[in-house]
Amino acid sequence: MLESYTGAAILLLIATAIAVGMVVATSILGPKREFADKMEPFECGESQIVSPYQRFSVKFYLVAVLFILFDIEVVFLFPWAILYKQLGLFGLIEMGVFLIILGVGLMYVWIRGGLDWE
Amino acid sequence: MWIDLAITMVKIIFILTITVGFFAPVLTWVERKQSAMMQDRIGANRADIFGFTALGLFHIIADALKMFTKEDFIPQGANRALHTLAPIIALIPAILTFAVVPFGGQYTLWGQDVNLVISDLDVGLLFVFAIASIATYGYVIAGWSSNNNWSLLGAMRTASQMISYEVTMGLTIIGVLMVYGSMQLTQIGAAQEGFWRWGIFLQPLGFLMFFAASIAENKRVPFDAPEAESELVAGYFTEYSGLKFGMFFMAEFIEMVTIGAIMTILFFGAWHIPFLTTATLLSIFDFLGDSGANLVVMLIHVGVFFGKVTFFIFVQMVIRWTLPRFRYDQIMKLGWKILLPLSLANVVVTGIVILALN
Repeated sequence: MLESYTGAAILLLIATAIAVGMVVATSILGPKREFADKMEPFECGESQIVSPYQRFSVKFYLVAVLFILFDIEVVFLFPWAILYKQLGLFGLIEMGVFLIILGVGLMYVWIRGGLDWE
Repeated sequence: MWIDLAITMVKIIFILTITVGFFAPVLTWVERKQSAMMQDRIGANRADIFGFTALGLFHIIADALKMFTKEDFIPQGANRALHTLAPIIALIPAILTFAVVPFGGQYTLWGQDVNLVISDLDVGLLFVFAIASIATYGYVIAGWSSNNNWSLLGAMRTASQMISYEVTMGLTIIGVLMVYGSMQLTQIGAAQEGFWRWGIFLQPLGFLMFFAASIAENKRVPFDAPEAESELVAGYFTEYSGLKFGMFFMAEFIEMVTIGAIMTILFFGAWHIPFLTTATLLSIFDFLGDSGANLVVMLIHVGVFFGKVTFFIFVQMVIRWTLPRFRYDQIMKLGWKILLPLSLANVVVTGIVILALN
């Protein structure tokens, strides 16, 4: 069972080596000429006016919360989809009820304007 | 044991050569040359060795050399550790997803079973999604650690867009899983030997939605709001230079290959040729002996598979240079209000049809 992951583990090691090697290579090979004006973060020719670390739109949080909700639903669907042909009508009704409950949730968010970006 | 390990190593080296060594660098050239062709320009043609330009192919080498020798710039006030870590996190998953992508079927060569996939996991497709979603961290950390307004805005957009389309992407392939009854990519591929069993005929709507969602997941035009050049300079990698910048691009190009490969396996018959089963192919090359025939068929299948993958990369490139960028609210609307309900409906309809046919 775990043996089938051997290849993936080796590939993970090699991929890590490639990625780390690239970062090390570019930091060693490249020149380093630092002076104050150059080190400023890019801001279309201006000095940085505001710090980026401020509050941002609550919409992004909302999307994250909705993502957790619906991604868990997808995770539930995976094993069900594999076994669907064996479950038959029972599986369809069972998952239909589950999907209807979630659909109602989606409709609620939709009507309350949680999916709008104005 | 050692023979298995040796075969695995050969497969890993083959995959790395194809993706990191061939597709990623060549696609940088293809993207420039194809855009030039579509816009009636000449495109990359300056780099030469002794006067030979080879259609600008030497630009690949020139680009690589340039990226290696550029200054590794980290702006003032940036989080140096995370700024360095971000491209690593972005690149590793792009390569790692290939561990479960089969590029051919199963063959017997001189008494040795060869299964052309690095890791034949029974949760193959889930593995692809799990690993691919880790890349989101790389992009968000890149934007956050740069201490730059544009980077942070790009990172926020990336995070929102990628997680939104991950839901859609997961739901669109549920239909495919129901039809083939397996998450193992080798089994899904093997189930599509007959032409009319290809995923595109069984799940046409699923294919269209998966295509749209996967392009959005890779943040390419028309879904490139996270790195929109005209709005956010370059989005989350504004403050990156040298090879760290190149790593983000490499990850993007490798993901294009992954998308092409997954689409080929799920919807376009994987390594199979239409109306030509493996048994027929084997009988054609029967004069080469058992192992010889297997070897020839294996090479044909690998060639066919990468031919299909190349075609889908070409389609993605054409889309990239044809469409304008969507507005960010349009992207989110498409994901949550159109693709999500449609993919839910697709699951229900698929379920009813399967039940009616059995």
